[in-house]
Amino acid sequence: MRIEIVKRPQHSALFSALSPFIALFLTLIAGAILFSILGKNPVSALYSYFIEPLTEVWSIHELLVKAAPLILIAVGLSVCFLSNNWNIGAEGQLIAGGIAGSILPVMFPDMQGWYVLPVMLLLGMAGGMAYATIPAFLKVRFNTNEILTSLMLVYVAQLFLDWLVRGPWRNPQGYNFPETVQFNASAILPEISSASGRAHWGFILALIAALLVWFMLSRTLNGYEIKVLGRSSRAGRFAGFSAGRLTFFAFLISGALAGLAGIAEVSGAVGQLRTSISPGYGFTAIIVAFLGRLNPLGIIAAGLVLALSYLGGEAAQISLGISEKSARIFQGIILFFVLASDTLIYYRIRIVSRAGDAVAKGA
Amino acid sequence: MTMFEAILLTIATAATPLLIAALGELVVERSGVLNLGVEGMMVMGAVAGFAIAQTTGSAWLGMIAAILAGAAFSLLFGFLTLTLVTNQVATGLALTLLGLGASAMIGESFVGLPGVKMEALNIPVLTDLPYVGKFLFGQDPIFYISILLTIGVVWFLFKTRAGLTLRAVGDNHTSAHSLGVPVVRIRYLAVLFGGACAGLAGGQLSLVYVPQWVENMTAGRGWIALALVVFASWRPWRILAGAYLFGAVSIGQLHAQALGIGIPSQFMSSLPYLATIIVLVLISRNKRLTLMNTPTSLGKPFVPDR
Repeated sequence: MRIEIVKRPQHSALFSALSPFIALFLTLIAGAILFSILGKNPVSALYSYFIEPLTEVWSIHELLVKAAPLILIAVGLSVCFLSNNWNIGAEGQLIAGGIAGSILPVMFPDMQGWYVLPVMLLLGMAGGMAYATIPAFLKVRFNTNEILTSLMLVYVAQLFLDWLVRGPWRNPQGYNFPETVQFNASAILPEISSASGRAHWGFILALIAALLVWFMLSRTLNGYEIKVLGRSSRAGRFAGFSAGRLTFFAFLISGALAGLAGIAEVSGAVGQLRTSISPGYGFTAIIVAFLGRLNPLGIIAAGLVLALSYLGGEAAQISLGISEKSARIFQGIILFFVLASDTLIYYRIRIVSRAGDAVAKGA
Repeated sequence: MTMFEAILLTIATAATPLLIAALGELVVERSGVLNLGVEGMMVMGAVAGFAIAQTTGSAWLGMIAAILAGAAFSLLFGFLTLTLVTNQVATGLALTLLGLGASAMIGESFVGLPGVKMEALNIPVLTDLPYVGKFLFGQDPIFYISILLTIGVVWFLFKTRAGLTLRAVGDNHTSAHSLGVPVVRIRYLAVLFGGACAGLAGGQLSLVYVPQWVENMTAGRGWIALALVVFASWRPWRILAGAYLFGAVSIGQLHAQALGIGIPSQFMSSLPYLATIIVLVLISRNKRLTLMNTPTSLGKPFVPDR
């Protein structure tokens, strides 16, 4: 028995819409199998993973806290991936944004007033942008592989942050903990509804960013250029589009959004800089971008799903004693199923017996 | 043992996993497939090797488990990219993300446990030779395997018919297919070989380099191995040189940290990553040369006509 694929004459609109759901469904089945192997009741495990976190208000707030950086980063990555620019260093750009945005509250803690927060957010975006410029510049000017350079810069950013909060930026009154001072009130991104939970304005910013980028991609010449050059750089060149300029554009947008995610996380969720400010949001956002089919509106939904997996991991650890690291397995599996389901959009899948006759035709 | 010998030995130990993983990826890329999941396969090898060695007490069994884990993991990549023709870049990333997550969970109960170290060779007289004795005749078995592997890959790629076929598939899968070459099967085998090598490299990390399990212990070495393939312009001998160069950089910065030369340790630790970027820039600057060396079908999807 052998699996054969045959190209469809036209890509399937049906599977194009269905593929994320097929992927999620298959992930649930794989999860049930995984939990059974671990000796847990799969139904109650899936319940505490994917339903329990949604049953309480504070927990929904936590969901929005985690979804905010995922959506912000993934929206930027969609511009990159659509235009064939493989920025996988968003985690580093997030850290760069977190650091740049913290300059004001850490170095000038006496500064207070309405202007502090907007300046912080702008500096955060600038920091992420500047850091993303490095792989973009190296790609355009020296033809250097952006996947490897952007990824290497993640390690560099992590080490730099580590040095900063253990060295020059360490809180002198902090009992030697590797942390900066607590930000003052005007440097804290406010909560949406502080009476009911911790969700902060980062989530609103994520929604705004998703809408703006959606508009740019679907309604402007710039968006058209991105898609044309992404599909065929030759066709794009004939149309007079410049691939180099677009590379900068895509990296700058995704860098700015990752930087914004960084400073929003530091200022909204943490309140100070620490040696680690993200549980790998920059990498998980790659999964979010693909699950959302590189469409900013889809990414909002996908961001919520992946945020749920983080909360589910914590819930499963408490109620079932499964390591919360199981969440990362779930996240990896989702991406595999998303990519596999996307095959159905462009190809028919046939299962062929050894004799060579098709015994079953799938879709 | 002199200081010089000691440094030479540690450089070899640091270079060996890079060399093995990069050789595997070289064969994969020569067949026209780009597997960015080296880091994931490597970390799976590291955790499987440590776990099996720890439970059985045998470093060799651990090493075999590491190879099998890397190979099994690579099949997942092969099935998606070769059978289902998914995007190779995205699938490789998925493999790395899944590997880092799965290894963290599998390894959780092994954190802090003492590991099993693979013994170094000890041949009377030869190992005690001055200057070169320890380096040539007193290292761990994986070092010798890595050198044999380099010779083997050179011989296979450039001296055998199968190697020629593999390179033909990587350079033009459509013509290879029309000549009746089983493109997909050859690529599966190449991917499996790459996975086995990445697994072995991971096993070297957790059974020779630092015999313990730490989450994310590969620390980007899989990515550096990928960079080495580009650095080497897809030539095995240059991978050997590149791996030892990187081994020297990472050991050099450790010694500099120990000497306390006043530069913060974090800056020194980022040197291998910065060196990777600089080397990549220097190599890829010449666009024509890069294009000439890159396997032409690298990363392109292949669906046979029927």
